[in-house]
Amino acid sequence: MPGSESAAKAAVRVRNLRKAYKDVVAVDGIDLEVLSGECFGLLGPNGAGKTTAIEICEGLTEPDSGDVELLGLRWKSDAGRLRQRLGIQLQETQLAEKITVLETLQLFRSFFRQGPGADAAIGVVQLEEKRNARVGSLSGGQKQRLALACALVGDPDLLFLDEPTTGLDPQARRQLWELIEQFKAAGRTILLTTHYMDEAERLCDRVAIMDHGKIIAQGTPRELIASIGVEHVVEFSTNSMALDLAGVRGMAGVRNVRSENGAVLLQVTELHRAVPALLEELGRQRVPLTELRTHSATLEDVFVHLTGRHLRDE
Amino acid sequence: MSKHPLFQLTLLRIREFVREPEALFWSMVFPIALAAGLGIAFRNQPAAVLKIAAVTPRLAEALRQEKLLDVTQLPPQLAEQFVRTGKVALVAEPAADGSVVYRYDDTNPEGRQARMLADQAIQRASGRQDPVTGSDRIMREPGSRYIDFLIPGLIGMGIMGNSIWGLGFAIVDARRKKLLKRIVATPMPKHYYLLSFLLWRLILLVAEVGVPLAFGALVFGVPMRGPALALIGMSILGGLTFSALGLLVASRVRTIEAVSGLANLIMVPMWVVSGVFFSSQRFPDLVQPLIKALPLTAVIDALRGNMLQGAGLAQMAPQAGVLVAWLVVCFGLALRLFRWR
Repeated sequence: MPGSESAAKAAVRVRNLRKAYKDVVAVDGIDLEVLSGECFGLLGPNGAGKTTAIEICEGLTEPDSGDVELLGLRWKSDAGRLRQRLGIQLQETQLAEKITVLETLQLFRSFFRQGPGADAAIGVVQLEEKRNARVGSLSGGQKQRLALACALVGDPDLLFLDEPTTGLDPQARRQLWELIEQFKAAGRTILLTTHYMDEAERLCDRVAIMDHGKIIAQGTPRELIASIGVEHVVEFSTNSMALDLAGVRGMAGVRNVRSENGAVLLQVTELHRAVPALLEELGRQRVPLTELRTHSATLEDVFVHLTGRHLRDE
Repeated sequence: MSKHPLFQLTLLRIREFVREPEALFWSMVFPIALAAGLGIAFRNQPAAVLKIAAVTPRLAEALRQEKLLDVTQLPPQLAEQFVRTGKVALVAEPAADGSVVYRYDDTNPEGRQARMLADQAIQRASGRQDPVTGSDRIMREPGSRYIDFLIPGLIGMGIMGNSIWGLGFAIVDARRKKLLKRIVATPMPKHYYLLSFLLWRLILLVAEVGVPLAFGALVFGVPMRGPALALIGMSILGGLTFSALGLLVASRVRTIEAVSGLANLIMVPMWVVSGVFFSSQRFPDLVQPLIKALPLTAVIDALRGNMLQGAGLAQMAPQAGVLVAWLVVCFGLALRLFRWR
């Protein structure tokens, strides 16, 4: 079982990490602490520095400065021991196409001293039917589950998952989420990166939001959403040019008003007051409503609140 | 044993290779087909019978005494046309004064040969006696034919091509697909990965050398006069050297296009100058030391020396030295330059 030391001990401790490439600072002084048994998410848009950060933790990229401590060990002095205890899934790895699922896992299993057998790993990721199928014949979701199985054959104490569901269809994503939830339930420590806020909200105990190489907010999804002081978002559109936003802005409980693609977005604290007030205001201005939607605030709204941009603007 | 990473990695190499039918074809079947084709095209033929024409029955009769001439009697105009279009090598026609006129192209060896044979036949038919008689004793020895020259060349070319393509493509493909990076993210000792390529090459070497050798020996009777152990040792050394060269080619490149270009840049000149299809002695003396220093020349010269002249390890020492030098330099450079991502 993971967390041989006390349960509250940090499995990952990152201090003041920095990495610059020729013309970009990919990681600009980040600090992280992932507790043992926790699922921690690095959330941010493409190019925020998530992959660089996680690959430094994985010992694949050398940082310019800063310190990484995993399970109480460091890459410089304990690389061999660390490798045995980590399960890693990289973004966009293509496993050898001509090799079967079973053969792939036997290969990866041979690299580790201990861990479940290839067949057991196939069972965990539910690829029994594809046991003898070549990797090239698998669907995107099946390939991703195989990549996950490759990360599990060493019975890791710490799992690194870099964008585990990027590019998958909704059904395959849900299937993968269920698997990751099983690992969580089994008490494994997980550090994952994602640019899907729903993924982070569903899977992660705590989240760090990254943008331009920096961590701009950190906490549980609930804390982060509460931190922007907004519980709901009201989105509406009208077919009139005459709408006076000043009136809308002045309504009680409205924190922020934005126009976006012809729609207006209000961040509000109390839905039951904001919606009637909005309808009254539009009635007063004689502007007909064509669309009205409300949703509870999400991590996406947190990101928008902090940066003025969407997670997937790029 | 089956759980050892080196075994699993080597198995991966073998599986990827045998499950790629094209690779199997180009490295195994193609050289055999090439050897068969060239062996047949350049087989040493018994002296060919030459087609000539005569315009009178008397001349035709005289010429038919020579067995190496195939004589047709034709009317003058047609004979003229046949010799112009190369359908016959020569036309013999009587001149007014009783002499014979030979029409033929003196830049064509067949024409010149036909002239000699025809004149000899006519002189003898007219009663010439040769002052000295000669008799023939025919020797057709294996070892001096084109196919004997070719088989060692093809073996050398095969070892080089398969090693450079095999390592170059497999490594660059794995790097491109980030499989290399994924594999170094495991506890696998890195040298196992490179070692698995060498093991795989040595296994394939058995077929790469054995198949053309067996083919040459069985179908064309190509000799193997030297000690077999020296032949095996030289093949292994060649295989290792070209694997190191392949590793160097693949050490940094990220795309298949780039590795193809680089591999061709290295191999094509050697195909031309290292004596695969024709002797490298045809190049000027000035560049001979350079040609001799190429790894393909060394492998082919050593194999030829062994198979055709019976050279043992001692006589192959210069070539072995060239190969060892290439091996050490290429492998050392490749290790320094190699990128896992």
